Amino acid sequence: MPEPTTFPRLLLAHANARPDAPALREKYLGIWQTWTWRETATEVREVAAGLASLGFKRGDNLAIIGDNRPQLYMAFAAAQCLGGIAVPMYQDAVADEMTYVLENAEIKFAIVEDQEQVDKLLEAREKAHVDHIIYDDPRGLRNYSAPGLQSLEALRALGRDYMAKHPSFIDAEIEKGKTTDVSVMLYTSGTTGKPKGVCQTHEAFITAAEGGVSFDKLVGTDNVLSYLPMAWVGDHLFSYAQWLVAGFTVNCPESGDTVMIDLREIGPTYYFAPPRIFEGMLTNVMIRMEDASKLKRWLFDKFMAVAKRSGAKILDGEAVSLGDRVKYALGNVLVFGPLKNTLGLSRIRVAYTAGAAIGPDLFRFYRSIGINLKQLYGQTETCAYVTLQPDRQIKFDSVGKAAPSVEVKLAENGEVLVRGPMVLKEYYKRPDATAESIDQEGYFHTGDAGVFDGDGHLKIIDRAKDVGRLANDAMFAPNYIENKLKFFSHIKEAVCFGHGKDAVMAFINIDLTAVGNWAERRNLVYSGYIDLAGKPEVYELIRECVEQCNAELATEGELAHSQIARFLVLHKELDPDDDELTRTRKVRRGFIQEKYGPLVDALFSGKQIQHIETQVKFEDGRTGSIAADIKIADAKRFPAVAKAAA
Amino acid sequence: MSERKIGDVILKAENISLSFGGVKALTNISLDVREHEIRAIIGPNGAGKSSMLNVINGVYHPQEGTITYRGEQRKDMDTNAAAQSGIARTFQNIALFSGMSVLDNIMTGRNLKIKSSFIEQALWIGRARREEMENRKVVEEIIDFLQLQHVRKTPVARLPYGIKKRVELARALAAEPNMLLLDEPMAGMNVEEKQDMCRFVLDTNDQFGTTIVLIEHDMGVVMDISDRVAVLDYGKKIGDGTPDEVRNNPEVIKAYLGAH
Repeated sequence: MPEPTTFPRLLLAHANARPDAPALREKYLGIWQTWTWRETATEVREVAAGLASLGFKRGDNLAIIGDNRPQLYMAFAAAQCLGGIAVPMYQDAVADEMTYVLENAEIKFAIVEDQEQVDKLLEAREKAHVDHIIYDDPRGLRNYSAPGLQSLEALRALGRDYMAKHPSFIDAEIEKGKTTDVSVMLYTSGTTGKPKGVCQTHEAFITAAEGGVSFDKLVGTDNVLSYLPMAWVGDHLFSYAQWLVAGFTVNCPESGDTVMIDLREIGPTYYFAPPRIFEGMLTNVMIRMEDASKLKRWLFDKFMAVAKRSGAKILDGEAVSLGDRVKYALGNVLVFGPLKNTLGLSRIRVAYTAGAAIGPDLFRFYRSIGINLKQLYGQTETCAYVTLQPDRQIKFDSVGKAAPSVEVKLAENGEVLVRGPMVLKEYYKRPDATAESIDQEGYFHTGDAGVFDGDGHLKIIDRAKDVGRLANDAMFAPNYIENKLKFFSHIKEAVCFGHGKDAVMAFINIDLTAVGNWAERRNLVYSGYIDLAGKPEVYELIRECVEQCNAELATEGELAHSQIARFLVLHKELDPDDDELTRTRKVRRGFIQEKYGPLVDALFSGKQIQHIETQVKFEDGRTGSIAADIKIADAKRFPAVAKAAA
Repeated sequence: MSERKIGDVILKAENISLSFGGVKALTNISLDVREHEIRAIIGPNGAGKSSMLNVINGVYHPQEGTITYRGEQRKDMDTNAAAQSGIARTFQNIALFSGMSVLDNIMTGRNLKIKSSFIEQALWIGRARREEMENRKVVEEIIDFLQLQHVRKTPVARLPYGIKKRVELARALAAEPNMLLLDEPMAGMNVEEKQDMCRFVLDTNDQFGTTIVLIEHDMGVVMDISDRVAVLDYGKKIGDGTPDEVRNNPEVIKAYLGAH
């Protein structure tokens, strides 16, 4: 075990040991710009000294808001140099949502990306006391004269002056840092209630990062593309903690719209994405294959069949016939290789997915073309680090085994309990919530219900509190059913109801890209989302999906009672801006049930059609309302059968 | 929010009359443009807005009247002289090279800044190399400014309408103009695209101090972003002034707003 350390000390160690190796990259004006470890350390010191000169002290919180930018990653380290705490916030949150966190965390200093974020903070200032707002991109801000507003450039100049006067100041401050200090505060998305600040120490994240780095043998020459929100625990682990532990290169995309292009240019060796990103890639591939020439389609189908049969086995080192090996190698030259290259995944050694359940077909697709895609399980409160799938022990329905230095056990009600250094120190200013979630033995209660399978792999079923009972006392796991539905490419979101009732009902959100494409190919004319969602043909399409889901549920013991009796296709997309989804796109079932009360009642009361009017919030903050008559459809249910041999 | 300094009159069109055969497109129109301002020309369909822009730009040569641009008086402009003296424009109907990428289209806007010879360019030697790099940098800055990074290498034909309009603006900006003529930059756009375009027009004016003359059909947009508005109807100027003055001008209300 190495010396207990802090992130700033790790940064300095890299700057000393390999000063000219690339630490960060960002595409700017069409060219990838590189910061070496030495340059990174210098810039971090300047920013830290600049903050100190403005009065930032040990224990202060620094808000960090924006897209993934090298300057913002450096801001984390700058705050930590001074013994401060980095508080990254979701960059797409509206001013109101930000105000809560700014007030709760008593933010006085913020380093933000651009005018958009500055505007929001200036608006939030009416309530929160953000004295100093520092921005990176000056565009559009030339004529702003709000007090305490300045550019990062100016802050660094202040820092250089400050260091000239106090040459040993920063080093002394870094020396004072303890590994048990809180390094970062991540706000949980708040499926219920107000968001809570999860306080994590240097030790927690460094332990989690070291575990992952040794588990997957990550090295300094690895490359990652960081494009997921910096406020999300996954990005903090993969693009910050592991970055400083392993010393690899973090690449920041040019803009949110260019991620797929940048991915291809960088060709990362280590990649993390939630299932929906992998799903989006696959949907794109399939749509483009449909438009491809006959020969190409034939090749694709032919070799994908080989891949399906033997690709994952080859990856796992299992026995495969020589004939299939030869065919797979040929397929690799003709199809899989070029495909991986197009997706930007040809150099991947390890890829992870987490955050939501991944569809078995989706998971198998990537593994079959030779991408070592694995699953992990973790939460904000455990530094996104609880279980990992070891190489060659991959199952699509489990999340792997306990990771190094983690203890996992199940409570009597099936709840997953976790103990180890990666468990949160506390919820900020919420001793009640802390006491509620960490028991006397030091186990953190994850709130997830799970089971261990025969090989000791953990399988997550649902949120423990969401697992309900139908009227006949059969188990009802809504999330499990919703995930099953979401595995169909035509379904984007689903919300199931049934606790205490005698049958299960569902709201469906269609996927506009997939269903739109499907409609186009059938010459089905539609004017927009609402129109498409209400088409009888679309209902028929969704009914097929629902009935297939029912057929699967019929084979799953107690869950056979949870087959969906009736469903409707919602007239608007569920949206985080309307509070229907969390920022990490989890459905807020209770809120939706209340908001769409008439629809839920109509489902359970057997009505065929129901009128509804809904408030919506547009991107610019205005609100409007949309009304629609929503049809309700019945789905066939199947008699429960004993689980067929797989 | 902006503290732009609106300067002196830099372009003055006096008593312009233009006719095509027997059709009088413009009758005795005078209007001026001041440095750094956003100047709008509005009017119903067929009022002569585009004709006026084409006169300023030198596409049409008026039968009567004079144009004074930066102290130099001429009977009419010609397109080459207009471009040389720093006037760039966009078109009502998109006029891009549809088979070329966004990047290459914007590069064509740098045409006037390229001094190297055909031979040098073909062999990529001497000045050609240096110039290409300098020009590419300017173009990349514009791509960044107008947020076109994600379509940099996409052929223009594959882009949606709103983005094509933005590429046109980018190409005009690539000439680093001091006066920019925009012919219905928001025509045919949805609300969101219009908002984006307004922001880009304002940003251009704010960031580079570019004088902007814009023709627009959509009253709302014009009133929000312009410093001064001239109103044409049947080839005659019926109003001129700040948006508020124009809005309250009875003749304008009758001719323009009344018609809608």
